[in-house]
Amino acid sequence: MYRTHILVCGGTGCHSNNSGKIREAFEEQIKAKGLDKDVCVVGTGCFGLCAVGPIIIIYPEGAFYSCVTVDDVPEIIEEHIVKGRLVERLLYHEKALGNKAVHSLAETNFYKKQTRVALHNCGVINPERIDEYIARDGYQALIKCLTEYEPQQIIDIISASGLRGRGGAGFPTGRKWQFAKNQVNDTKYVCCNADEGDPGAFMDRSVLEGDPHAVLEAMTIAGYAIGSHQGYIYVRAEYPIAVERLKIAIAQSREYGLLGDDILGTGFSFDIELKLGSGAFVCGEETALMTSIEGHRGEPRPRPPFPAVKGLFGKPTILNNVETYANITQIILNGAEWFASMGTEKSKGTKIFALGGKITNTGLVEIPMGTTLREIIEDIGGGCPNGKKFKAAQTGGPSGGCIPAEHLDIPIDYDNLISIGSMMGSGGMIVMDEDNCMVDIAKFFLEFTVDESCGKCTPCRIGNRRLLEYLEKITTGKATMQDLDDMEQLCYYIKNNSLCGLGQTAPNPVLSTLRYFRDEYEAHIKERRCPAHVCKQLIQYKITDACKGCSACSRKCPVGAISGEIKKKFEIDQNKCIKCGQCIATCRFGAIIKE
Amino acid sequence: MSRIKLTTVAFRGTEEQEKQLRNTLMEIRNSDHPSVMTALQQAQAIYGYLPIEVQQIIADYMGVSLEEVFGVATFYSQFTLNPKGEYAFGVCLGTACYVKGSGDIVAKLEECLGMKDGETSSDGKFSIGSTRCVGCCGLAPVMTVNKDVYGKLTVKDIPDIVAKYKAL
Repeated sequence: MYRTHILVCGGTGCHSNNSGKIREAFEEQIKAKGLDKDVCVVGTGCFGLCAVGPIIIIYPEGAFYSCVTVDDVPEIIEEHIVKGRLVERLLYHEKALGNKAVHSLAETNFYKKQTRVALHNCGVINPERIDEYIARDGYQALIKCLTEYEPQQIIDIISASGLRGRGGAGFPTGRKWQFAKNQVNDTKYVCCNADEGDPGAFMDRSVLEGDPHAVLEAMTIAGYAIGSHQGYIYVRAEYPIAVERLKIAIAQSREYGLLGDDILGTGFSFDIELKLGSGAFVCGEETALMTSIEGHRGEPRPRPPFPAVKGLFGKPTILNNVETYANITQIILNGAEWFASMGTEKSKGTKIFALGGKITNTGLVEIPMGTTLREIIEDIGGGCPNGKKFKAAQTGGPSGGCIPAEHLDIPIDYDNLISIGSMMGSGGMIVMDEDNCMVDIAKFFLEFTVDESCGKCTPCRIGNRRLLEYLEKITTGKATMQDLDDMEQLCYYIKNNSLCGLGQTAPNPVLSTLRYFRDEYEAHIKERRCPAHVCKQLIQYKITDACKGCSACSRKCPVGAISGEIKKKFEIDQNKCIKCGQCIATCRFGAIIKE
Repeated sequence: MSRIKLTTVAFRGTEEQEKQLRNTLMEIRNSDHPSVMTALQQAQAIYGYLPIEVQQIIADYMGVSLEEVFGVATFYSQFTLNPKGEYAFGVCLGTACYVKGSGDIVAKLEECLGMKDGETSSDGKFSIGSTRCVGCCGLAPVMTVNKDVYGKLTVKDIPDIVAKYKAL
């Protein structure tokens, strides 16, 4: 028995911030002090509050240390572990509580409003040790399914829970499994979509890195339910830590007889193979993903036939997203009623969001469906930093839309988000403040989809490129009001005629910003002005009367556009200026402005 | 996917590399579902990039046309037909990084290294590649240099970081 556990976050954010070295330092120094029989150092998955990483939590006190560095390790050991005194200076300070030090994780606003179902093991267990997963009721759900339930009963439970796909479209999971089960075929496949391509979303990565066995267990249950013996996890090659932990987890569960032939002596066999992606956003689309697993260009194909009838290698296949699988074991263990008691009428359970952009507490949050955006952004997220004004929240990535302040009180669920022109998507939530130009944001997403369009169908390949050209015209001040109307029409044409989800949703960022921020588009067109001062062609740098005439800016200007006499006000030659912004960064008197 | 750049660097594959490639290809060909994509992933791990000579070996071994191999190699953004620099700079252009100004970071990096995004310097020392979301949005904006990660960057940090690698 250990008297103290030191949990070091090994999620991607903290890992990139040297948490691996912090863990090693703890291990070495604990050992050097001869405390290694009493104190256990555990590398865990993501705690969620990435903004203040690297994070360390010490139990039994539950002390929550933030922004820890390798140099802080000796002090933590000496003060906290040896003398039993909290290291005040490293405790997390919550702005909302008047910058008071928070002693434990559970006290923070960030965690108080969360309900962790899919993330219940993330940041709690060491993901590289199957025993820790088992100690938290891991593989109990699988045992229950294999020994107590018929396959149909499992599908009935999942259907009754109301679980819908967490990858974006929200298709009822139970119904998907039922279609596949109804197919008569000796060979069926269970696939997991871990190709999290939505830029700004990292919940699947955190589940894979923090709780890989939950996904393996759920896939095995799915295999038993639909009559499949082989699973594939298609995971992004950009996620090396996730790949590594999945490999370890698969090897361990094979060793324990929880994966492979004759699982737990029940006669049921199921194995899982990893397939690495190579970077293509379109491979998040189910038919494209399967084509990619087969080794080809990841192009989608028309449906029907649906994958449940004819999927991977032409066999009946189910494909679910990582977060969807992460809910399965909890539903089996706690019952469908428990799961259905959370959420709204048509969206049950919880949803993980990756909070990012202009928000104080960037990180990962899991909230019950029906929570309002305001609660997520203001209470959990801590609002926009630096006193800036909130402008919009973007959900659903390149397929979704921007939600303005007027809709902040809408309860989040699949249907409500669609009704206000966005979508749930995989759960990226990027917050924008007054300094973001909404036309520029729409252009950013279009550049992404144009780049990622696979080129198979014309509306998406050519239509989106034309759409991007309209946006470029607008952001450079060359567009007319007629262009705006034509652009809107083109959006609907692309939506209605594209082959797959990528093209059908690509115009959403444009349409939703047009719906809520048409005034910004009109300012670009009619007044040749970018209200947020982002679009370079439409802004001018000017020197104000605060100029002291020190000449620092003119020496820094790469094109020699600034001139003047020492100790007198300098001027910028607008014809020469390339709007690089170096002068603003250089000026010590705040005498240069954008307008 | 749209930008295909054929390399101008001469192929310098060794016999050792080719032997390694052929062994890997044999394994893939004997698996239940031989996959061109897996072959390319392994080949890139061996050579660091995918020169046309290597794609030809894969095509011959897997019994498919060079066009098909080339089609897969140019479809996915992780495959590169150009050798990467000894120090490969990658700036994240995911949404979270973009709204926090990673576009300016790329511009500054291009200026400091004197080349454009997607290029490799002629001495093979540096390359710039903007990447999609790295998945550590809490650190936005983020840049990677090989396995080193730099987070919460400002444009002012870039010259020092570049200088550090130029001195190596």
